[in-house]
Formats: sequence, C-alpha cells, structure tokens
Amino acid sequence: MATATRPPVFAIALLSASVLAYEVLLTRLFSIVLWHHFAYMIISAALLGYGASGTALTLLKEKLEPRFARVYLTAALGLAILMPATFLLAQQVPFNPLELLWDKTQLPKLFAVYLLMMLPFFCGGLGIGLVLSRFGKEAGRIYAFDILGAGIGSLGAIGLLFLLPLHQVLSALAALALLAASVAVIELEMQPRWLLEAFLGLVVLAALALPAAWLQVHPSVYKDLSQTLNIVGMRVAEERSSPLGKITVVESARIPFRHAPGMSLNATSEPPPQLGVFVDGDGPVALTRFDGQLAPLSYLGDLTSALPFHVLERPRVLVLGAGTGNDVLQSLYHGATAIDAVELDPNMIALVQKRFHDFAGGLYSRPDVHVHAAEARAFVNTSRERYDLIQVALLDSFGTASAGLYGLSESYLYTVEAFQSYLGSLNRGGMLAVTRWLSLPPRDSLKLFATAVRALEQSGVANPGARLAMIRGWKTVTLLVKNSDFTATEIAAIKAFSRTRSFDLAYYPGMRADEANRYNLLERPELFEGAMALLGPGSEDFIARYKFYIEPATDDRPYFFRFFKWSAAAELFSLRGQGGMPLLDWSYPLLVATLAQAVGASVLLILAPLALSRCRRTLPPWPAAVYFLAIGLAFMFMEIAFIQKFILFLSHPLYAVAVVLCAFLMFAALGSWLSGRRQGVGEKGGWVHRAVLIIAAVAMLYLAILPALFQALIHLPDAAKIAISVGLIAPLAVCMGIPFPTGMTRLSRTAQDSIPWAWAINGFASVVGAVLATLLAIHLGFAVVILLAVLMYSLASAAFRGFSRT
Amino acid sequence: MKRHSTLLAFACLCFALPAQGDAFETARHKMVEEVAADAAFTSSYSGRATLNPNVVAAMKKVERHRFVPAELASYAYLNRPLPIGYGQTISQPFIVALMTDLMNLKEGDRVLEIGTGSGYQAAILAKTAKAVYSIEIIEPLGKEAARRLKSMGYGNVETRVGDGYYGWPEAAPFDAIMVTAAASHVPPPLIKQLKPGGRMVIPLGTHFLTQYLMLLEKQVDGTVTSRQILPVRFVPLTGGH
Repeated sequence: MATATRPPVFAIALLSASVLAYEVLLTRLFSIVLWHHFAYMIISAALLGYGASGTALTLLKEKLEPRFARVYLTAALGLAILMPATFLLAQQVPFNPLELLWDKTQLPKLFAVYLLMMLPFFCGGLGIGLVLSRFGKEAGRIYAFDILGAGIGSLGAIGLLFLLPLHQVLSALAALALLAASVAVIELEMQPRWLLEAFLGLVVLAALALPAAWLQVHPSVYKDLSQTLNIVGMRVAEERSSPLGKITVVESARIPFRHAPGMSLNATSEPPPQLGVFVDGDGPVALTRFDGQLAPLSYLGDLTSALPFHVLERPRVLVLGAGTGNDVLQSLYHGATAIDAVELDPNMIALVQKRFHDFAGGLYSRPDVHVHAAEARAFVNTSRERYDLIQVALLDSFGTASAGLYGLSESYLYTVEAFQSYLGSLNRGGMLAVTRWLSLPPRDSLKLFATAVRALEQSGVANPGARLAMIRGWKTVTLLVKNSDFTATEIAAIKAFSRTRSFDLAYYPGMRADEANRYNLLERPELFEGAMALLGPGSEDFIARYKFYIEPATDDRPYFFRFFKWSAAAELFSLRGQGGMPLLDWSYPLLVATLAQAVGASVLLILAPLALSRCRRTLPPWPAAVYFLAIGLAFMFMEIAFIQKFILFLSHPLYAVAVVLCAFLMFAALGSWLSGRRQGVGEKGGWVHRAVLIIAAVAMLYLAILPALFQALIHLPDAAKIAISVGLIAPLAVCMGIPFPTGMTRLSRTAQDSIPWAWAINGFASVVGAVLATLLAIHLGFAVVILLAVLMYSLASAAFRGFSRT
Repeated sequence: MKRHSTLLAFACLCFALPAQGDAFETARHKMVEEVAADAAFTSSYSGRATLNPNVVAAMKKVERHRFVPAELASYAYLNRPLPIGYGQTISQPFIVALMTDLMNLKEGDRVLEIGTGSGYQAAILAKTAKAVYSIEIIEPLGKEAARRLKSMGYGNVETRVGDGYYGWPEAAPFDAIMVTAAASHVPPPLIKQLKPGGRMVIPLGTHFLTQYLMLLEKQVDGTVTSRQILPVRFVPLTGGH
C-alpha cells in the first residue's frame, strides 16, 4: 500500500491540530450542554486517550507496524468519525450533575461520558504514536511537527469559534482529520490512486454535507434556557456564539420576562417589558425596554443594589460586568453623572448597542454612558479614571449560584487583591458596592465581608469596621466598602433606605444587635453576628470554626465560590433526609470523583494491560519509575498553575489557556529537540540536573516577581502581553522539555525493554496530574502547586542518578 | 398454548396489582413516618413540635407513585426529589411536608398554587384545605396534572395553564399561596391577592436542591413580613452558638 520511507510530517501536524482543537471545542460544548467546570475532566480524558493509545501501540506493535499506512489511515478516519459521534453519544447518556448526591447511578453515567470522551483522543494518539514508532530515527522532526500542529490547533480552535457556529466547528474538525488522512496518502505515496480522491471526497462531505440536525447541541433539560423554552410562546429572537460564550435572547409575546432580583416586598411596581438573555443556557438576565423615561425603571430603586445611590449624590459610576445594562439603567435612574460600563463579551455589547438598539433605547450609545469591552480587573488596573461608585452586582444567575455550580471556577473579581484594586480606583469618599444572592446559612455574604475586611487591613486601614456596611433583603445581600469612614449622615441614609423597603441591616459601624433581623427574619441574626465576629479579635478562629469555607479568596487561590469543607460534609450528608443535601457544594465531590475515575481509568487502560502482557517481566528499575512519574506530574502541575497565573494578565481564561498551552508545547518541543541533538552531553545526566536547576530558579523567580510585573505591564496592548507571556514561559518550557527524552534515551541504554512502562507511567501521571493540580490549587493555592512541581523535578533529578547507575 | 400463557400472564398481573398497591402503601406510610420524625427534629421554625396531623394524614393518603413517571414509581417513596420531565421535578417529600405545614391551613381555607408541576403538592393541599387553585406555565405538564388530579378524584382542585404572575383574580383573595415556580421577585399582584393574616410559602433554590424556604405573612394592617427558613437543623459554627 505504501512505499514511502519518509514520515508523513504534514499529516501529523494536521492530525495533531484537529485533536487539540477538538479538546478546546469540547470545553465549549460541555459548558453549553452541562456546566463549564468540566474542563479539567476533558483535559484528563484527552491525556487518558493518548496514554491508552501508547499502551495499545506497545502491545500490538508487531501487528500494527507492518500495516502501518493502513492503521494510520484507520486512526485518522476513526478520529474524524468519533469526534462528532462520541460527543453525540455522550449527550445521550442521561447524566445529571444536579442528581449526583441523590442518585448512585449518576457516577457510572459520568464515567461512561468520560470514557466516550477519551475515544477520539485514543485514535489521534494512535496515529501519531504509530508514526513516531515507525520512523523512530526521525522522532525529533515528527515531534516538532506534532507540537506545531497542536499549537496551531489550540489557537485555531479559538479563531474557528469566533467564526462558525459550534456544530460547524465540529464538522470542520472532522474534515481536518480526514485531510490529515488525505495528506498522509500523498506523503506516504500510497496506492491505489483513488484512495486520495476518496479521502478528499470525504473531506468535502464532512465539511459541507454533514446535516446540521445530526450535530445539534442539546443542552441539559435542567438548564435555565431549556426550561424557559418549554413555556408556550417563548422563542429565540437571537443567538450569538463566540469562545466567550453562547448568548441566546428569548422573547415571548404571551408571558413576558419580569426580572427584578430580590425586589422589596413593599414594592408595587412591575418591571417594564424585558427580553431574557442566557449565556451558555444559564440565566436569564433581562434586557429591559427603555424609552428614555425614567419612571418605568422605579423597580430598580427597590433592589438592595440601589443602596449606594442613597448614600452618594449623583455619583460617577463604574459598572463591572455590565451585561445587558440593568445596572447602567439603575445608575441612570438614580441620577449618575457619568457611567463607564465594562463588559467582557463584545457580542453582548453588540446586542444592546445594535441588534436591540431601539428596544434598549440606545442605552449603550448615550453620551453619558461609555461602554468598554474588557475584563473587569484588567480595566480597573489599567484605567486612570477615578469613580465615586464601583458597582458589581449579581453576575451569576441564582440557579447556578445556589446549586453550587461555580464551586470550582476561578473568579478574580472577588479576591482580596481585587478589592484593593477597586478601592484604589475610587475618589475620596467613594465606595465599592457588591451584591450577591443570599445563601443560608450565610456563605457568600460572610466571605465577601471577610474579603473586604482583609483587603482594608492589608491596605493599612486601622479600623476596617468603620468603612463597611451590609444590608440584606429576602433574596439578595449588598455590601458597601468605602474608602473613608462612613459619616453619621450616610449611616442615617442606609437606615432609611433599608427601613422603607423592609430590608434588614446586617452591619454598619456602631450597629446594635437589636437593630438586626427585623423584616426578613432569620432564626438568628447570623449575618450581623458573623460580621461582628469577622471584625473582632477572634476572626481567624471564627473562620476556622465556621462550617463553610469563608476564608477570603486571593489571586493565588481565586476560588470565591468554594464553600465546601470536609469537616461538614459527613454531617450534611447525614442530614439529606431533612433537606441538608443542598448545602453540600456538589462540584467539589465531583472533582474528587473525577480524580478517582482518572486514577481508575488510567490504571485500567494504561498500566494494567502492560502488567498483564509479556511486559510484566520488564518492569523498569524503581528509580526510573519514580523519575517518569515525577516528571509527568510536575509538567502538568507547572502547566496548569501557569495557565492560572496568566489569566489575570491576559484578561481571559480562554486566551490564557490558548497562549500558555501553545507556548508550553512549542518550547517544550524545542527543549526535547535540543536534548536529542546533544545526547552526548547528556550522558551523565548533566542536562537533566541543569534543566531542573533552571526550572527551580525560574519558577521561584516568577513566584516572586510575576504579580508585580503583571501589575506594571497590564496596560500594554494584547499583542505585547501575549509576546511577553510567551517570552516568560519560553525558558521554563524549554527546560521542562528536556527530562522526558533524556530519560528515554538513558533507559534505552540501560533497560531498553522497560521503555513501554516509562511511557505508560508518564501517561498515567499526566492524566492524574491534570485533575490533582486543580484539587491542590483549591486547597493550597497555585504557588504551592508550583513549589510541588519544583520538588517533583528535584526528586526526578535525584532518581535520574539512581537509574543511570542501574 | 399461546392463549394459555396470555391468560396466565393476565391472571398473574391481576393478582400482582393489589400486592404492589399494598407494597406502595406500606412504603408510603414508612416514608411519611420518617418525614414526620425528621420534621420533629427540625421543628423550631414552624412553631410547633410536630407536623400538623392533617399534613401527616394527607401525606399518608396521597399516592406519590401516581404523580411520577411510571418508570420511577419504585422510587416514589424515597425521601428525594424525582424528575418529572421538561426539566421539572416533584419535590422532596420532606420539603413538601414542611411547606404545607408552614401554610398553617384550616379546613375552610382557599389556596392558590403557582407551579402545578406533577400535581402532587396540589393533591396534598386538597386534602388539607377546602379549595385549591393551581396554575402551571408549561402546557403539557399542566394538562397532564389536570387530567391526573381529575382522574384521581380531586374535585376541589381547579387548574389552569398560563402565567402565574397575576394570580387567579376571580378566585381571590386566598388564605394561603404557594409559589413553587422560580421567580426573581414576589409578584406584587400575588401579595395583593393574599388575605390579611394569610401566608405565602416560596421555596428558593433549584429543582433538586431547595436551599431555604420563605414564609411571607400579611398582617391585618396589610404590611408584609417574611421569614427565611432553613429546612435543616444545621448550626454553621462548630461548638454551636
């Protein structure tokens, strides 16, 4: 079939590109079908597929290599078919994360989804591994093209997601995998000739003729959008999709949206006509009709978030997370002099500014409203403007917040550093107002309060309690953080505002216990008691004894939404019959379950097949096993921690993933290539030890200087920031690319037969490391994850000495 | 031969049905007793040590297994929420008991329910009040619940498919209102339709996970107070207050 003696490097690049692009696409698809924190599971499934393909290749090498070309084409074809097929099949698995704690059958369903997701990556890994194995002597070149393709794929996927709807991206990637097969036919000079034509025909078929109906994304029936569309008369008025999210605008002539979150029970007004806006199927937030008249907006004065407008006179306002503009309307209603509105997603801005311009009354085109498409923290850090009020109100939907759906997602909006940065952007006497959904027993509210106290203390404020005020309604809580002490007049205004709307005072400087808990009665005035405890000398003890995790989030551990504590889990689980289950933050146990299934699946699919085959006699010397385990874990830890570290700098998680992943891949490949060329030098392990030393030094240096460096450079344009990021990652990644090939070379000289084990152990470590890094970061922070990576590289360096001697 | 086996199967089915019915009744009684014991444990909020006997009696009578999809009937007497289609759920029996108890219903009371769902809560209310008016926004669910309630003989429940925001003005005012549909705010028209001295109960959270209950009381002078009630007895500080 094939006569060529050169490896099909372009085909490899294309195959690799389609696999990596698919990985990025899957994170988007899962955000829409389920919820967005399944990303770490996708990374783990991808690595599992690669690892399992390595094991399969080892065991079947003698059978596969003689049929090399045919197997390669089958793998590419398999990838093309399985990318859409497994996603569609996974959608058929009735997995419902909301039932995870109620229903024992949910875990096996989750496992089934995980295994299905793994399959395309198995095919991709098989194709690439086969070429590496067949053309071993040119491994460096093949590896380079593989990595180049991976880099282009991960960046290209983001481009495609801007350009095409999701189902078309899926067919484009299937076409790309088939193109990888077609190019291989050319590169390998395969016969017969019609083979090329056939594959090219399939490319066209996949790209253009796959029926859209087959590839439709079916969101979970429990997502807000799915439920809304079940109502008669609801129809989708507009859809916009980008890597930042899929926005769906829903309208109904029969049953209007009426969004007035937590409106006072004393209010008698109704919101004007609204459209429902959903992001990735979560929501809705309202796009409110505005005709320039302020009277219909009176309901906005009956929300707890209206409080700062009763303390400040005609403020200059910065709205963070402006979305559809309700907070902008609220500011206008209360007579703000000028409003800067910051929204991350340009699609959202375009909807308000253009598509629904008339409905929204030209809200985002008014001379007193300035809209900025930017990430909130980056905007605050770079803007030189000063404001009287920074408003951060209800950025997540009530459903997702109350179901614990955000437990594992990072947020740099609610960290101690973020609060300090907001306070630094205020005029003298200005204030930050943060509104969140009320959770009981208090979680968000007390964590916010603790964060504000910590931020003020770290800014050198001697008496933080004098600058804080908090009120609560029946559904929402609003916290004010002022950059000077509250005056008696301001406190009187807070009291009057709360009294007339039957909102409860939770804290203000000088508040008496009997003033709390008057209108919306709790069994105890828990917010007031919590606030007082957090301001008192025993605050650390209070945080430690509180059964939910309310330690303030920091940029190093940006998990504001994590409230889970192991110490309370057993008690809450035992109270499930009495309604205790909802207090368990289920996303955390899900992460632990994912780790367990990553360990289980990788043992089953990567290690066990080797242990049961003839390879069981060729176990590697234990230092070698430690070496490959340690560098596998260390690489994943470093990569995931640095993706997180760069999110703030690059202003968006998706850009951080694409840029950091791409840079790591490219420069690690360069390191591998360099170490291959200098094998003689590496014989005594000098390269490994030197690389580990440099990794340790650079990582420590970055831990020390990155926050300040990022702060100083964050105002630069995106292109410059990307270039700087790549430059910062380069030395680290080059060094991180050295240990694996050097170890392999060493093993080939000392224990050639145990090479499959080295691959497998390293694969196992990568699969587990991807999930473990997230778990460790939640508990210990990213700095500690980086330190652990350094420790593991040091361990590897010591182990390398051990297996060099064997 | 074939006819024989068909007859045999039919006979088995006929004998099996009452046996299964008994099993359901036993399971239901056991579940309600557990729920009542759990409620006694978390009693302080409703202001009495145990569930109202009327609520317990209603829970023992209403056949929850007839309100869930047939394939889930065997789970009907577990104290957990169950899916009923269209992304909706039938609430956890413990929460149903607690919400009904909080409404403090008397025999002659008229009750409005926003969010019929499967009709189970309406059936419980029907056993504890004089008349129940229930509105469902999802048409197929509303029609199915109406058919089910009618076929089960709940003559004092009136149902309607549509928007619950403006309540049921023709039947207003009500002694109690239950809003099980998600709402960003309490619709002012519903507060208006509540009698002075009346109670409104609203569960907050998602379908599978009720976070807390809100009990809204309209005073004789028309003012409104609310209580946020955690269904579970859980002290958030180790060592207690």
